[in-house]
Amino acid sequence: MTKPFRELFSHIGRYMILMGRVFAPPEKKRMYYRQTIKEIEFLGINSMGIVAIISVFIGAVITIQTAYNTESPLYPSYLLGLAVRDILLLEFSSTIVALILSGKIGSNIASELGTMRVTEQIDALEIMGVNSASYLIMPKIVAAVFFLPFLTIMSIFIGLFGGWLGGVATGVVSSHDYIYGIQYAFIPYYVTYTLIKAAIFGFIITSVSSYRGYYAYGGALQVGKNSTRAVVESSIIVLIFNYVLTQLLLT
Amino acid sequence: MIKIEHLYKEFQHAEVLKDISVEFQEKKTNMIIGQSGSGKTVLLKCIIGLLDIDQGRILYDDIVFNQLNFKKKKEIRKNIGMVFQGGALFDSETVEQNVKFPLDMFTNMTEDEKHRRVNECLERVNIHNVNSLYPAEISGGMQKRVAIARAIALNPKYLFFDEPISGLDPKTAIRIDRLIGELTKDIETTTIINTHDMNSVMEIGDKVIFLYNGEKWWEGSREEILHSDNPELNDFVFATNLAKTVRDLRKSGHT
Repeated sequence: MTKPFRELFSHIGRYMILMGRVFAPPEKKRMYYRQTIKEIEFLGINSMGIVAIISVFIGAVITIQTAYNTESPLYPSYLLGLAVRDILLLEFSSTIVALILSGKIGSNIASELGTMRVTEQIDALEIMGVNSASYLIMPKIVAAVFFLPFLTIMSIFIGLFGGWLGGVATGVVSSHDYIYGIQYAFIPYYVTYTLIKAAIFGFIITSVSSYRGYYAYGGALQVGKNSTRAVVESSIIVLIFNYVLTQLLLT
Repeated sequence: MIKIEHLYKEFQHAEVLKDISVEFQEKKTNMIIGQSGSGKTVLLKCIIGLLDIDQGRILYDDIVFNQLNFKKKKEIRKNIGMVFQGGALFDSETVEQNVKFPLDMFTNMTEDEKHRRVNECLERVNIHNVNSLYPAEISGGMQKRVAIARAIALNPKYLFFDEPISGLDPKTAIRIDRLIGELTKDIETTTIINTHDMNSVMEIGDKVIFLYNGEKWWEGSREEILHSDNPELNDFVFATNLAKTVRDLRKSGHT
């Protein structure tokens, strides 16, 4: 077997072992609960601002792009609202939010755990008899799995608002047509689909970044490198799973 | 009682520890000394189970620690307090939260009881009025003392220190040394310290183990060090001009 494949399987094996330790029964549930609340604030609530800003512009840009690319009397203008809604629901709000968060929280998690590793804080936890993998990583995963769907829903609503704002401000669609369009031929299953994707992406981002941070070694340089790897790898895995989940859930 | 039998450890085919057998003195201060790269930290990490060993046995009260599974090791580790070289305090937690952490995790004390215990431990290491500060807001010496307070919070049976006075000024270093000596007596722990500082050894070392190129080269008491004719040990102990002068003066009858 060639070296890159050996390395890939070695990483997959170590990742699986780490996840086994992460989901071991907690020493004290109250402490884990407290950590989870902290992580929801840190990873979720602190990301609401960036998600809101990005979503409003995505919504506006989709409206304007769709309007200019479908300029024809054959297309009713309410289709703009429908297009914005479905693009946000099916793809942009879950995947783009996940990619942005893999940059923001992925690097954050990897550098936090990496620094804890090189400054022996993780060793200190182990010596105390604490399952460091579980105590440090499980609350992050739980927080992301629960909170990413919420951020996605928020992104959809703000994106729809952004689409309305962009469309009405540039005059490509009337307010009435846009609102009619976002209600037209609505398929509720798309919401389920996007929430499933968001939860899985939350798991991928936090677990892959935690893996990179937890196994960091050396000094600041290595922590930085692992943090970059965490972002790149979690983004790629999110894109691969986006394809797989689309195949599984929509066909 | 902690005992090591024929311990071997290698990294990528390079032997770092070779056939180490030691019995540490119970409820005393045991010092592992040696030059940088002699294997002191690796030995300490093997004893506490942060590194797996290749051969040999590590016994805690006749229980073979290195053959235990993760869950059983955790039980023994609850009796261990460890102070790392850099303190290893949790950056995102205050001094009080750091010391309280083991109490939160392993006891069913009420918040009041925990608060009292935290203050007791902080007072024991002579630290006052820093409960709400973060580790980055206190000095290196204070960080070490907070780390000691955290290590003794659960009254451990075994205390480990990795280079406890590195990076500290001589006066603070002596204070930390004396504190470790007092704690060993007061809470009756078996203390194992990794150091290359001879002042520490002469101040508090009850038993001394000298490592040389990954082997146990010498062991004895701090008094015996001064009279040893082991050339490698003498090279290490009397490396400075000051130490050499003191030795020569003692030899020539001066006190």
